[in-house]
Amino acid sequence: MNIPSNIITLVLGIALTLVSLWYGQNHGLMPIAASDEAEAIDGIFDVMMTIGTGLFLLVQGILIFCLVRFRRRKGDTQDGPPIEGNVPLEILWTAIPAVVVFLLAIYSFEVYNSMGGLDPHASHDVGLHAHHSTSTNQKNMLALDLSSKNLAYGLGLPSESQDPVNLKVKVNAMQYAWIFNYPQGSIVSGELHVPVGKTVELDMEANDVIHAFWLPEFRIKQDVIPGRVTELVFTANKVGQYPIVCAELCGAYHGGMKSVLYVQTPEDFQQWLKDNSVEESSGETQKISSAAASAESQFIVPHIKSLGLLPEPEQLDQLHSKH
Amino acid sequence: MQSQTLQESSTVLSEHSTEHGHPDHRLFGLVLFLVAESMIFLGLFAAFLLYRATSPVWPPVGTPERELLLPGINSLILISSSFVMHRGQVAIKKNDLSGLRFWFGLTALMGAIFLAGQMYEYFHLTFGLKTNLFASCFYVLTGFHGLHVTFGLFLILMVLYRSLKSDRYSSQSHFGVEAAELYWHFVDVVWVILFGLVYLL
Amino acid sequence: MTTPLEVSNPHQIDNPRERKWQDYFTFNTDHKVIGIQYLVTSFIFYFVGGFFAELMRTELATPASDFISPEFYNQALTLHGTIMIFLWIVPAGAGFANYLIPLMVGAEDMAFPRLNAIAFWLTPPGGILLLSSLLVGAPQAGWTSYPPLSLLTGKWGQEIWIMSLLIVGTSSILGAINFITTMLKMRAPGMDINKMPLFCWSMLAASALILLSTPALAAALILLSFDLIAGTNFFNPNGGGDPVVYQHLFWFYSHPAVYIMILPFFGAISDVIPVHSRKPIFGYRAIAYSSLAISFLGLIVWAHHMYTSGTPGWLRLFFMATTMLIAVPTGIKVFSWCATMWGGKISLNSAMLFAMGFVSSFVIGGITGVMLASLPLDIHVHDTYFVVGHFHYVLFGGSVLGLFAGFYHWFPKITGRMFNESLGRAHFILTFIGLNLTFMPMHELGLLGMNRRIALYDQQFQSLNQLCTWGAYLLAISTAPLVVGIFLALFRGEKAGDNPWNALTLEWQTSSPPPILNFNNTPIVTRGPYDYGHNPTEAESVVLTDAQSL
Repeated sequence: MNIPSNIITLVLGIALTLVSLWYGQNHGLMPIAASDEAEAIDGIFDVMMTIGTGLFLLVQGILIFCLVRFRRRKGDTQDGPPIEGNVPLEILWTAIPAVVVFLLAIYSFEVYNSMGGLDPHASHDVGLHAHHSTSTNQKNMLALDLSSKNLAYGLGLPSESQDPVNLKVKVNAMQYAWIFNYPQGSIVSGELHVPVGKTVELDMEANDVIHAFWLPEFRIKQDVIPGRVTELVFTANKVGQYPIVCAELCGAYHGGMKSVLYVQTPEDFQQWLKDNSVEESSGETQKISSAAASAESQFIVPHIKSLGLLPEPEQLDQLHSKH
Repeated sequence: MQSQTLQESSTVLSEHSTEHGHPDHRLFGLVLFLVAESMIFLGLFAAFLLYRATSPVWPPVGTPERELLLPGINSLILISSSFVMHRGQVAIKKNDLSGLRFWFGLTALMGAIFLAGQMYEYFHLTFGLKTNLFASCFYVLTGFHGLHVTFGLFLILMVLYRSLKSDRYSSQSHFGVEAAELYWHFVDVVWVILFGLVYLL
Repeated sequence: MTTPLEVSNPHQIDNPRERKWQDYFTFNTDHKVIGIQYLVTSFIFYFVGGFFAELMRTELATPASDFISPEFYNQALTLHGTIMIFLWIVPAGAGFANYLIPLMVGAEDMAFPRLNAIAFWLTPPGGILLLSSLLVGAPQAGWTSYPPLSLLTGKWGQEIWIMSLLIVGTSSILGAINFITTMLKMRAPGMDINKMPLFCWSMLAASALILLSTPALAAALILLSFDLIAGTNFFNPNGGGDPVVYQHLFWFYSHPAVYIMILPFFGAISDVIPVHSRKPIFGYRAIAYSSLAISFLGLIVWAHHMYTSGTPGWLRLFFMATTMLIAVPTGIKVFSWCATMWGGKISLNSAMLFAMGFVSSFVIGGITGVMLASLPLDIHVHDTYFVVGHFHYVLFGGSVLGLFAGFYHWFPKITGRMFNESLGRAHFILTFIGLNLTFMPMHELGLLGMNRRIALYDQQFQSLNQLCTWGAYLLAISTAPLVVGIFLALFRGEKAGDNPWNALTLEWQTSSPPPILNFNNTPIVTRGPYDYGHNPTEAESVVLTDAQSL
């Protein structure tokens, strides 16, 4: 059968495109998407997987074809054809990638904007300020009231968002734990609890070195830098438990610096708030809901100690079972 | 076998001998080196400007007023020394060795005065290296520059020393003179920018 | 045609073909000696850096931190990265550049031979100093050494690290000065710049980057040193400082550093593929100018390493735009290499195997690179194993495979011996399988949620990690045929002759190894370096290595 090479090339091209399109949508490489923003990011990742698969198949295919078809035959000492270039072809393979990256850049901008990346609230830095709570060198500090800070680097309210922020949680990062501070009930916890479907804002500070707050299932991450407040905003759309991972080398136990995000129904969330709120009893220290019951708790306890918040052991046990 | 090549070779090997006198590329090499040196200073300047732009208060609270008289005079001395030095190169281009010695000697003196002035300023400043961020930048920037001035001064003294031998420099061959001058001009330009950033801005 | 010693020359010694082995251990100004010194030194550090990698991968075979302590793991990862970058790839590139540039442009030596030797002799002390940090506790903050962490842990080791980087950085800058001057000022008569081999164009682009960006690293390290030793607060927020300033200064160098690490090997590939395909390079000008474009753009993309850091949204978007753009000149090269092979007559020897493996792996690294350029995706995968996978594809699959392609291609020229093809082939197969097995699963690990620079990880990631570890062990084994082959060739290898590949560039028009002054007479260039296909009737007296089926 003598099929003209043009037809073969066309068929291969179509096959490559179809395979790429299919694989781009069905690669199954990402974990579950637990927010609308995560789904948007998965959308652009799928497009890039399609393009990447196509390019991968094209180049590997060419290499394999050359390996087979253009091998020097034994005894052939002649040179190959003296082809030095082909201007239209070179223009084509300059222009197409240029257009592709341009479109990807626009698409990326759209997605980033929809994630709240350009929220002026979250793209302004009032500047450096010294951290107040743990450092002992007070000499050169600038006294700024952190609680009144409204501006920070990170991701803010999505551009299309109608809802205001429903829940603000202060996050403290330290070697090697995450401490969450809920202003409403004055709860201090080693876990993050949020109600599903509500917009949550995290205002984050680091006590010692640079850490990073990463929620893989939400595809969001922001470095937590000593001397600044940084911000993340997200809206969970699935109830469940999701890991919180520190994503900036912060010391030997960086690998153990983890916590858990609990996305709960509004009722369960209210219950959790109630169960963990401060009991008014002559200025007692706050109860702390259980830090992650794992090997990492050994790191959390000393830090909670230094914050002056260590509960009685019985209280800790009580909290464990409550949860 | 070992010396066989393609019969119709892509090059034709010349029958003439290699030249003994090679062109002098050292000034070009020095220019490239100074490009790299400029980038260190630019990096330090960039850091300084970033601190200035992002600190809520600049200079940080507690920084005393910057005195401009002494550093200003010192700057004038350094800048003039470049013009003085150039006269030295003009002289050697006319084979005027004593002119070279005179002008370079004067430049060395002016450079030494600049360094002395810098030391005097350091001793009389009321802030130290660790006082605050501005102070740290001040000392690192002026200190790093001062090191370069010192090295430049050393180059000038080397040229002076070598010029004592009557056959070392001539109108045809005075790379050392050109190199020392180029380096000194570089140090000067860096100072102008540095002065503007640290003292005036 | 070449008649030895016809011309009297005051520089000649009695037997110009013979170098004594002692020459390679001393301060010698011959660029060929210096090139070999760089290559051997960098190969030794490849093994040292590889040793630390094997320690890391052994630890990562299990989720718990049970092989080495987490502190030592962090030391291992810091040294691994630092050594592979500053003591393996960067100096190896300098080694090839040193050996080849004067030969390729038809010069006797580099513009500044003594400066050249000084540049080399800074490298071994710098490396030894770095390794000595193990005695006081090696630095643990990663090769990126972000403060405040780098100000708090392993301070002595950190300062040693700073000093050794300042030393090898200086070496790099001095080398670049030589390369640029030689290429721009000392080309043989008739070699206008558009007849210069593409290896030289790449080195021109890389050297420009070295000159412009390495000093920024010096600035960062100087300020970090002051914080470490003198107690200043440049990067310490408790004293009004800003850790993000360090990141800007650091990445201003370290992003161009990756182009410094790949450009020489882009150049090597551009020289290897035409020779072993018997075809001119496709798109010479495009490849030459795209190298310059990469060099220029490479200076304005650095903050894509800081997408999740203390950077405002508008800054992140600017750098996304420039980073996306740099894919275009890079893609041009990949397509040009493919087009060069297409329709050619490929000799599938070791050099060509590695060259094709380079294209295969580099394109994967390039694809993931474009993904990383996209800001929303990078926010998810920054500081995860996705990034580790990406950069190992471009650095190992790219730079290292390209390096080996160049190694096999120029080995006959440098040593005068042929390398055993079976051993070279074995080296390739083990390396290619090993690298894909080690680094491909890392992309998925990152996407799923595994962060980087950790000794202990979540149980769910174990099976993929085990694949990576097996791949790493394979990579270790792959060095065996290489080392055996080197010794075998040096002592028993078949003599190579001037031009075993029948190549057209100038280095092949002199003996193997070349005489001390490179050419017995100054070459005059009349044709381009890749003018294959113009002499169809030549009866070649040199035997090409016949390809055998894989």
